[in-house]
Amino acid sequence: MAPVLQTRNLTKRFGGFAACSDVSLSVEQGARHALIGPNGAGKTTLINLLTGFLEPSAGEVLLKGETVTRLGQHQRVKRGLVRTFQINQLFAEMTVLESVTLSVCERLGLGWSWWKPVGSHGAAVDEAAELLDTLRLLDVAHEKTRNLAYGKQRLIEIALALASKPQVLLLDEPAAGVPTGESRELFETIGRLPRDVTILLIEHDMNLVFRFAERITVMVGGAMLTEDVPEAIANDRRVKEVYLGEALDG
Amino acid sequence: MAKISIDLSPLQKASAWKPAEVVFWLLPVIAFFLFPKSLALLSQIAITALFALSLDLILGYAGIISLGHAAFFGLGAYAAGLLAKYGWGDPLLGLAGAAVLATAAGFISSFLVLRGSDLTRLMVTLGVSMMLYEAANKATDFTGGVDGLQGVEMKPLLGEFTFDLYGKTAYWYSLIVLFLMFWLARRLVQSPFGHSLRGIKQNVKRMPAIGTPVHGRLVAVYTIGAGYAGVAGALLTQTTQFVSLDVMSFSRSAELLLILVLGGTGSLYGALIGTAVFMAAQHYLSGINPQYWQFWLGAALVLIVLFARDGIMGFLNRLPALAAKKRGD
Amino acid sequence: MTIVFDGLASGMLLFLISVGLSVTLGLMNFVNLAHGAFAMLGGYACVVFLSRFGLPFLLAAPLAAVVAAIAGVVLERTLYRRLYASSHLDQVLFSIGLIFMAISSAHYLFGAQQQPIFLPDFLRGQINLPGLDIGIYRLFLIAVGLSLAYGLQWMVSKTSFGAKLRAAVDNPRAARGLGINVDRIFTLTFALGSALAGLGGALGIEMLGLDPAFPVKYIVYFLIVVAVGGSGNIKGSLMASLMLGLFDVIGKYYLPQVGAFVIYAVMVVMLILKPQGLFGRMAAK
Repeated sequence: MAPVLQTRNLTKRFGGFAACSDVSLSVEQGARHALIGPNGAGKTTLINLLTGFLEPSAGEVLLKGETVTRLGQHQRVKRGLVRTFQINQLFAEMTVLESVTLSVCERLGLGWSWWKPVGSHGAAVDEAAELLDTLRLLDVAHEKTRNLAYGKQRLIEIALALASKPQVLLLDEPAAGVPTGESRELFETIGRLPRDVTILLIEHDMNLVFRFAERITVMVGGAMLTEDVPEAIANDRRVKEVYLGEALDG
Repeated sequence: MAKISIDLSPLQKASAWKPAEVVFWLLPVIAFFLFPKSLALLSQIAITALFALSLDLILGYAGIISLGHAAFFGLGAYAAGLLAKYGWGDPLLGLAGAAVLATAAGFISSFLVLRGSDLTRLMVTLGVSMMLYEAANKATDFTGGVDGLQGVEMKPLLGEFTFDLYGKTAYWYSLIVLFLMFWLARRLVQSPFGHSLRGIKQNVKRMPAIGTPVHGRLVAVYTIGAGYAGVAGALLTQTTQFVSLDVMSFSRSAELLLILVLGGTGSLYGALIGTAVFMAAQHYLSGINPQYWQFWLGAALVLIVLFARDGIMGFLNRLPALAAKKRGD
Repeated sequence: MTIVFDGLASGMLLFLISVGLSVTLGLMNFVNLAHGAFAMLGGYACVVFLSRFGLPFLLAAPLAAVVAAIAGVVLERTLYRRLYASSHLDQVLFSIGLIFMAISSAHYLFGAQQQPIFLPDFLRGQINLPGLDIGIYRLFLIAVGLSLAYGLQWMVSKTSFGAKLRAAVDNPRAARGLGINVDRIFTLTFALGSALAGLGGALGIEMLGLDPAFPVKYIVYFLIVVAVGGSGNIKGSLMASLMLGLFDVIGKYYLPQVGAFVIYAVMVVMLILKPQGLFGRMAAK
């Protein structure tokens, strides 16, 4: 099958330091793909390059076979490439329903509409409410985001991304800071996402990665080390050396 | 469609007019009958309120800091003044001309202003407004310079209502324009467009990730805000039939910021209430002694920043909670 | 040539006044629009010392700097410090509030008129060279400005105070961890900036004038120095001030009808093309 998301020799240098060098990654349609690597391996830099938050020094990003390297972040979102953030990026003073409706409105192309109130765009509000329902956030729909517990906020982070109806969803450590019990629940929620959503996951917790991913790419020092199915990665000597060794020790 | 088990009406009905709002808009009508001798002041309040509204749109809702918003007010004021002076004395035509000019200026300068960080924005807005001030100051043939623009003659409004000595026409004219533009702004901030502005202010990093073209939205609101300011400036010219150089001054921009934080940023009614309180206080206190007024103005600003950052509207919004607490005790 | 000399002298004044702002704005990241008020305070203090107490000018001017420094310390300790972590908008509003208070106080105490200044005899007069008239006071200003610039540069780059300041600014938390008293460093720096502003205000009465509108009148000039010079950059501030002084004086002399318009335009263009300033950010490079 054709890869839905692809990079060709993607490179990002900050001064003399290559945070990401010559990465050629390929994510299949419908994949549950994980990106792992020790701290400083360049995972977040790669996400930032994929989404257009950073501009690459060299190389290309292709989405569904078309290059999006020069497109802005919002244009990539419109084409179905959506991310979540490692550190929550939410709208503190809005209610949960308002936040998600905002995101739905943008997807529906209502962002420039300035005459009818948000609440009168019934389809958008209904869709937002349904999304909250599937994420079990409906009971806090009218609460202000900043008044919610961290675990709930982490779900809103995902809800905002899902409201953009992603074809490719980049999850940047979705369980970061979430207590173990809740992180399992979080991953069940992610696991229930339909197969037409391709997922690229960055995660530190190896248990979660091996439970979720069907394919794993390992990055070290800004470059791709290897890529394979989880069983092979678990038995890969090099991976053990650079990464798992340290994790297993700890 | 899945059945949604909660009431969506808090969001669906958020835009309905509330009784308190109706009462609020009756106040200026009542004021007309209660204070027939203060109509000039009341008109000034309405005009400044419109000006405050324009800054609220860009600062309060979209979070763009401007230290030179008076530039657009001044452009509108001079545009209306010059149009009237050179024969196009129809008020509505002047208003439209001023709006077009200020809107265009806002659009063009938005590309300068929106490039940098907060700090750069501060300095660029200040710099642009000082440039215009200096230009108006030096182009004496055109603007009258420090002596002000004389000879502004207004035709009757709609061909019917002359601008009378008591300021009745001026008052109703200003008030109605204010109300109409408030009504538009109210629609704007409650629309998806308005919500996206709040989103940009609250978390500018997230917005592109939900598909928002942030720069385009900011250009749009800055342009609209400039147009609003231009209309306010034009109203001032038309109702006073004079343009003084200080329509563009730094202190006008600074006072406007004060009005907005006094009322509470990010709330349309905050802008209106802030203006009314400020102008009333100015009227009475500066009557006693202008220096005295300016000193307390500065002190008020310092205190607001340190202790009451959400202004009058913040206080009003907290009232129900405070009352409930008291009842609880 | 005389004009060039005037321009350099007024540039030196701008440097003295603005360098403190360059530090608070550029290094401490605090938008202190009221910086000019400290210069004004220095100016009025100098006038009072001269006329009320009959002190000699060379004593009155440094004392004026001390007065401004004391005011700086008091305000930093009581008010400014609460706003270090606030948004730029809050800092702007706060400092506009201070400006208003300063202006009206000056108005109340001294009236709206320009303050006269009587220089001592040895600073008056001119040295007449062929084709060049050098005002002795101008020469004095340039000498003072240069030596202070040199001293500052030395202090920031060579002394332990300078090292601590740079550390405190780069990373306050790490600096605290190293046992540096960041609060005290900030207070001292603020005081030093205020003192220089006060000195500049005192020395500048003769050239820039002194009336209650002073803090607003020159606000853009100070900001331009920071914008062009690169914030927190002493050499950059000096160069920017001298350029600004030259442009301003020459412009006003040859193109009076254009006035300050060009200066403002230069600032806007600068900010847009080189937001880091012509000479870049960072202390003491």
